[in-house]
Amino acid sequence: MGKTFAEKILARKSGKNEVKAGEIVTVQPDFVMSHDNSAAISKIFKSIGKKRVICPEKIVIVLDHCAPAASEKYANNHKIIREFVSENGIKNFYEINTGICHQVLPEKGFAYPGALVLGSDSHTTTYGAFGAFSTGIGRSEAAAIWATGKLWLKVPETIKFVINGKMPKGVYSKDLVLKIIGEIGADGALYKAVEFTGNTIDEMSLSERMVISNMAVEMGAKIGYMKPDEKVFEFLNEIDVKGEVEVVFSDEDAVYEKVIEMDVSHLSPKVSAPHTVDNVKDIEEVKGTKINQALLGTCTNGRLEDLRIAAKILKGKKIDKNVRLLVFPASMKIYKEALKEGIFEILLDAGAIILNPNCGPCLGAHEGVLADGEVCISTANRNFKGRMGNKNSFIYLGSPATVAVSAIKGEISDPREFF
Amino acid sequence: MSKIKGKVWKYGDDINTDVIFPGKYTYTITDFNEMAKHALEDLDPEFSKNVKKGDVIVAGFNFGCGSSREQAASCLVAAGVGAVIAKSFSRIFFRNAINWGLPAIDCPEIFDHVEKGDEVVIDLEEGKIYAKGREFSFPPLRDEVKEILMSGGLINYLKKNLEEEK
Repeated sequence: MGKTFAEKILARKSGKNEVKAGEIVTVQPDFVMSHDNSAAISKIFKSIGKKRVICPEKIVIVLDHCAPAASEKYANNHKIIREFVSENGIKNFYEINTGICHQVLPEKGFAYPGALVLGSDSHTTTYGAFGAFSTGIGRSEAAAIWATGKLWLKVPETIKFVINGKMPKGVYSKDLVLKIIGEIGADGALYKAVEFTGNTIDEMSLSERMVISNMAVEMGAKIGYMKPDEKVFEFLNEIDVKGEVEVVFSDEDAVYEKVIEMDVSHLSPKVSAPHTVDNVKDIEEVKGTKINQALLGTCTNGRLEDLRIAAKILKGKKIDKNVRLLVFPASMKIYKEALKEGIFEILLDAGAIILNPNCGPCLGAHEGVLADGEVCISTANRNFKGRMGNKNSFIYLGSPATVAVSAIKGEISDPREFF
Repeated sequence: MSKIKGKVWKYGDDINTDVIFPGKYTYTITDFNEMAKHALEDLDPEFSKNVKKGDVIVAGFNFGCGSSREQAASCLVAAGVGAVIAKSFSRIFFRNAINWGLPAIDCPEIFDHVEKGDEVVIDLEEGKIYAKGREFSFPPLRDEVKEILMSGGLINYLKKNLEEEK
């Protein structure tokens, strides 16, 4: 009987010949990622009684959640992290001018086929787009890996999606992943590994694929894996890959818990309405909802392609006078590329505010928190009550095209009207 | 630790980490007692004011979905919650709860049989919950996981093991 990707890779990483779904294994991750929460992790680490981290080369820290620091608390938090990094000789440390962790890790070569990456952030699932096994863990668990180099994981069952068809104009991978989440629900893939396959995925760029893997956790999934192909290998050829690439595929006769087939030829733009990600609506149902703020960026949709889509729509136009359009490129690399391409000029002329790469208001920390009763349309991945810092505000999620068109009109609008 | 007795606080499906412990506090509120005051703030403002030590949360599917923030579990511990019983748990929340020594119990059956304020008794060893004269069973935790829970969480478990290694 064949094995899934999850079973094969967790066998390798736990030093066993084979494991099967349901089993508990102790793995040695290739990398453990954390961000601004590294200060809290360092405190937990110290409480274990270890003096120095056991595996400095495996630790990756990116300052991104509130960067630059918005207050004394955040500033002191960053300071603790910088001191800890220096004391422990942690080389894979990325300062506040680098970008959002889920963009930085792929850019810096930590996301590659066969890598096992555990991150103290739920959207660590993003690296599945590169054929890695990557998932979120808690702070104590990150501290445990710093101290021991290992952690227990349950080998998950796998759900396979087979997605075929050509995406219509004005419809993007964000719309696809929202459709999936709307159909199977926020717990539709609870504790499961999810594999995304089919010619729609094959045709997608890495940026588009990352949107889907990023949001796999919003359906409850442990990982959002895609079979690495030429596009992944070409990307890796251009960068300094930090580990040994080991291509692991599911066997042809692997046993899946479920196989779900979809055809996207007639897919339409989707929007998640407040206050849950799986409250997914067709654009027609929410069209006309007045907005106060539009957010373009984040670890979900802050890549160059996303900014290009928005720029194409916003070129020569002005955003509505009642709307604030905030742009957060996912990394400084993307920021520079967008600057060079003239994207910023287009966005600025349209009335946007370009902010530095970081998580910004996505988790309610700073740079665009909402007021009571306000509505935001965002390319981010979560719209929970209070998510953007105010429990009396309303967040809708959509594609970069939906956000750009809505910013112009001052209300949620159908991006297909533009094309 | 093996027996937990308290009153029920009942909530629905998909209770997410932002309503359990808001993201805006994740770096600004770090004191344990202060965290307790904000537990479930955006869901039920009455909770933190009235919760008693040992009280039990009974919830629907996918409890704790969303962020990996560990405070979603630790703020409940800080508030004195004895256990969370749900129809199902989000993966990371489940781990965080166990890692904080907070029993996260999968028992869908009990949901329709208890209301807010009912008293429940949980026997972790036996894998039983007693409420309103009825008995509910839940599957035992895996040994590896149970050991962490019974040690009072992951950090205590590691301390114990590192001590033994010395």
